[in-house]
Amino acid sequence: MATVYELLDWLQSDQPSSRTQARVSAAYKLCILLGKNRLAMFGILIIACLVLISCFAPVIAPMDPYSQNLQARLSPPLTEGHLLGTDSLGRDILSRLIYGSRITLLVVALVIAIAPVFGLLIGTVAGYVGGWVDSFLMGLTDIFLAFPRLVLALAFVAAVGAGIENAVLAISLTAWPPYARIARAETLTIRSSEFIAAIKLQGARPLRIVVLHVWPLCISSLIVRVTLDMAGIILTAAGLGFLGLGAQPPSPEWGAMISEGRRFILDSWWVATFPGLAIFFVSLGFNLLGDGLRDVIDPKAHKS
Amino acid sequence: MNRLLERLAIGLIACTGITANIKMVSAETPPDVLVIADRIDSLITLDPAESYEFTGSDIIRNVYQKLINYYPDDLESGYQPEIAESWTVSSDGRTITFTIRDDIKFHSGNPVTSEDAAFSLQRAVILNKTPSSTLTQLGFTPENVRQTILADDDKLMITTDRPYAVSFVLNCLTASIGSIVDRETVMSHEVDGDMGNSWLKINTAGSGAYSVQSWKPNESVTLQANDGYSHGAPPMKRVVLVHTQESATQRLQLQRGDVDIARNLTPDDIAGIESENGIKVEEELKGGLMYVSLNQNHPILAKPEVRKAIKYLIDYDAMQDSFLKGQYRVHQNFIPTSFLGAVDDNPFELNVEKARELLESVGVGELEIEIGVRDVQDRMEIAQSLQNTFAQAGILLEISVATAKVNLGRYRARELDVYIGAWGPSYPDPHTNAGTFAYNPDNSLEANATGRLTWRNAWDAAGLTEKVERALTENDREMRIEMYQDIQSGFRDTSPFAIMFQQSAQTAMRDNVNGFSTGQAVTYAAFWQVTK
Amino acid sequence: MSETRTIQWTQRRKALLHSPITTSISKLLRVSVTLLGLLLITFLIGRVMPIDPVLAVVGEQASKETYEQTYIDMGLDKPVIVQFYYYLSDVLQGNFGASLLTARPVLDDLLRVFPATLELSTIAIAIGVLLGVPLGIVSAIKPGTWIDVTVRIIALMGYSAPIFWLGMIGLLVFYGELGWVGGPGRLDIVYMDTIPNVTGAILVDSLLARDTATFKNALAHIILPASVLGYYSLAYICRMTRSFMLNELNSEYVLTARAKGVRETTIIRRHVFRNIRVPLVTVIALSYGNLLEGAVLTEFVFSWPGIGSYITTALLSADMNAVLGGTFLVGAVFILLNLSSDFLYRYLDPRTR
Repeated sequence: MATVYELLDWLQSDQPSSRTQARVSAAYKLCILLGKNRLAMFGILIIACLVLISCFAPVIAPMDPYSQNLQARLSPPLTEGHLLGTDSLGRDILSRLIYGSRITLLVVALVIAIAPVFGLLIGTVAGYVGGWVDSFLMGLTDIFLAFPRLVLALAFVAAVGAGIENAVLAISLTAWPPYARIARAETLTIRSSEFIAAIKLQGARPLRIVVLHVWPLCISSLIVRVTLDMAGIILTAAGLGFLGLGAQPPSPEWGAMISEGRRFILDSWWVATFPGLAIFFVSLGFNLLGDGLRDVIDPKAHKS
Repeated sequence: MNRLLERLAIGLIACTGITANIKMVSAETPPDVLVIADRIDSLITLDPAESYEFTGSDIIRNVYQKLINYYPDDLESGYQPEIAESWTVSSDGRTITFTIRDDIKFHSGNPVTSEDAAFSLQRAVILNKTPSSTLTQLGFTPENVRQTILADDDKLMITTDRPYAVSFVLNCLTASIGSIVDRETVMSHEVDGDMGNSWLKINTAGSGAYSVQSWKPNESVTLQANDGYSHGAPPMKRVVLVHTQESATQRLQLQRGDVDIARNLTPDDIAGIESENGIKVEEELKGGLMYVSLNQNHPILAKPEVRKAIKYLIDYDAMQDSFLKGQYRVHQNFIPTSFLGAVDDNPFELNVEKARELLESVGVGELEIEIGVRDVQDRMEIAQSLQNTFAQAGILLEISVATAKVNLGRYRARELDVYIGAWGPSYPDPHTNAGTFAYNPDNSLEANATGRLTWRNAWDAAGLTEKVERALTENDREMRIEMYQDIQSGFRDTSPFAIMFQQSAQTAMRDNVNGFSTGQAVTYAAFWQVTK
Repeated sequence: MSETRTIQWTQRRKALLHSPITTSISKLLRVSVTLLGLLLITFLIGRVMPIDPVLAVVGEQASKETYEQTYIDMGLDKPVIVQFYYYLSDVLQGNFGASLLTARPVLDDLLRVFPATLELSTIAIAIGVLLGVPLGIVSAIKPGTWIDVTVRIIALMGYSAPIFWLGMIGLLVFYGELGWVGGPGRLDIVYMDTIPNVTGAILVDSLLARDTATFKNALAHIILPASVLGYYSLAYICRMTRSFMLNELNSEYVLTARAKGVRETTIIRRHVFRNIRVPLVTVIALSYGNLLEGAVLTEFVFSWPGIGSYITTALLSADMNAVLGGTFLVGAVFILLNLSSDFLYRYLDPRTR
């Protein structure tokens, strides 16, 4: 019991004795604040469910998501053995939704691993080096910003072929410029700060400064943006799937499932409706979390 | 504070009120206007010398007249005189002389003459656009066409390079490319020696039942009736094709009475609408075929046993009775039903055991192949059904879905192992399909005959080429039929093509619409006899 | 993703405003470099795409001879650089070439499709602003109450639903079942081609022609897609308004004013709203800009002949003249909107006046 209180003391300490303690305790305080935000907790609940479902998909799913049965096609929900009905090839929609959650998570994870990192790289280099490098990189960013985004993604997918990996790359391609701009703005402030000057005096190389001292400081502002962007990523991926340029059949990607189901929307509403609801709830979850996180991190907003 | 809230609330209510308050009454279409929901996004030209896709062909059929034509109320009788009132064939069988009617006028008021007819056919050959092969296969070339197609007073003489079956030559002339255009009008719009092509792409100059009043790409095409039409003024004064991509949307439009005819309903939407009051569904057999082809450059797919095994791994009936219901019928021969020489023998059905035996007999165990599929729903479903049944015999199909253009490019370059394709006849004669499915005079890579299906699949047509040549010049109808039946039975067993289905069109319409015909397998839709 | 864009937009604008070397000339230079880059990248994309533009023209059954002739007619036998050079010199003379798919000049096509998008986006943004701003304000005034929670959930829902799905369901319910709104497309057939085309925006044209029947019909057709798009922008605008409001309400001057006993209504009207106007303009301009890019999915679901579906269709057929022209227009509109909101920013913000 005592150790728990010690731990709490350590976490809540106003005078952290180490860098790690400072970081961990900041994160802890954030969690406490977030915990008070009921909407955000609801969001976290949705996301947690999503993660669990996708982890245990083979256990939860009642059927193989790919096995066809043309005789039982388009069975309505609550049919024997098919809680959410079947699609046009007689596949179990519930099982497909459950397996589809894996694809959704994968896409979000991959885009998050690519776009902000690339943006960070471009932004910090532009901000730190300055001069013509800055002009060139920011000019490039401007061009990509001025591009109609879905068109850019479509063009990319059309160029390299449809598929989930390419859809991820396409989304990243349209998502990086804002991160680059944020990173650059942060870098410009950090660059002129005194502690960087001190490190420079110690003879640190530019690469070392950028990687070890500039990046860590940019990351927190990027993380908030990323959380807010996740719902957008899911919707864009679904949009690509809807246009037939995302995941390929027979993959149970939710957007592609809507696209398949829209042909039957009048008589077999369930085929398009359930994947639509799935996308809706998951992106709502991410939005609730992002909104809550911003309220917590933004010092002005959470006073109220 | 509260007053501010109050005002905001009032504002909000006012806004939602405005948006929700427009109640629509469903409007019926006017009595002399025919409105058709259709997919017109593939329409890229209205020039009959250039057009090859369905929407363009539909429009051209209603805008232009031909020397001879098929009539919607009597398609079974074959071609009938239209602009030509009669014709004679020379003793050597190479020259056909048409006598041109003198009482027909173009929309511009110019009389239709043999000069116009000669010009139209010459123009089609010289422009050398996609459909030109229908004429050039008769021996016309841009160089010789001014000598081989001649106008003289009210006579038009066309001379082919060999004595072909007359029915074959005449059937070629019933295709869209045989349309007679108004020479004077067209040439007055010539730019840089294009024979009026860039003008005729978006305008019309014919003598048919309608002229195109406006074409808004991906939106609508409006046709205006020609009251001086030689078969009498059409009852529908305006025909509007409205572009609606989604089947469900077309169905809603039809149910609400916003359109009279919906042409692209899926089998499920047809089933849902069929029994409804005020709506009827008509079904007509069309000429299009759906097939699976095997690239003969693939060492394993080139084995005859494997080719045959694959024909036993397709669940023809289950597809026909489920997601393809009413839109495709099982048909395993390359000549579509209702064409000369067509046969209805469909010997193949799903038989995994037999397929396994065949595969084992040549030592094929596991096999992994790539199938190219266009990104349209029915083909993707066919692909997934194939994937399912092929897997039962150990063949793994990797589906590559792409837009038509991407996959077609790869198919034409012989890059795909397996391809799900559709083929529509260009003119109502068996040779249109025999010439592409069973004819390949040069299978070498250098020949680059990308227009020919045999070449695309690197198949040398195994001796069928000569038989096809011979059938082409046979003037005895019964003999010709027999020859095509013989070619097809050889083709069915040995070819790398598994012909699966023949298309059929289900057209849903308001029940006051009468006389609409999609033109069946031999031609295209006609609007001029429609009443409502 | 657009929220991130707002932030950096604001940053970008501030940088521009406070930089002493900001002259019209450097701005113009920057704009033209961006546009040139846009064209170059689009052109390169067109070249690496495995789509054969010749096939888009000649179709599946074309013979080898036809194919080869068309290839040469289209100038594809020349090196890419030469093709780009020809294209650029044409564009500089105001000639964007002809579209392969519609057989007419790209400029004519753009003049036809862009008004459709403009009309739809304008109504949508109007819905978004008229509902989103008041909702955001209400929600910020009563933070933490059920009103706030409800508004936030409504807004987040709009931000979370896949727009193509919402459109489909909307069409089904409001057109199919209830018959409250017009179907897909911009007008019923009866009203097509009944009014002279002046601006290309049917709502405006029908008013000019004093044709109330056509106006009503156009309104009935536009209201559903515009509401779906408007809901999406509403969600974003409402969220941002709330956040701006909260920032201001917690600032020192408001607290001081409150302490002095100034009425809350006065504080909000006189001070808070005046201050959030400025960043709000950016948010609205940004949403508008996003809509003007052409809502491809919404246009697809509603058969709306706008610029989004124009560019997409062209792209998938490798109709590069059309893609280049369309991208150029969208890029130019984006930049124009950027510049004009700069101007508004200056005008509204007392500190920069």
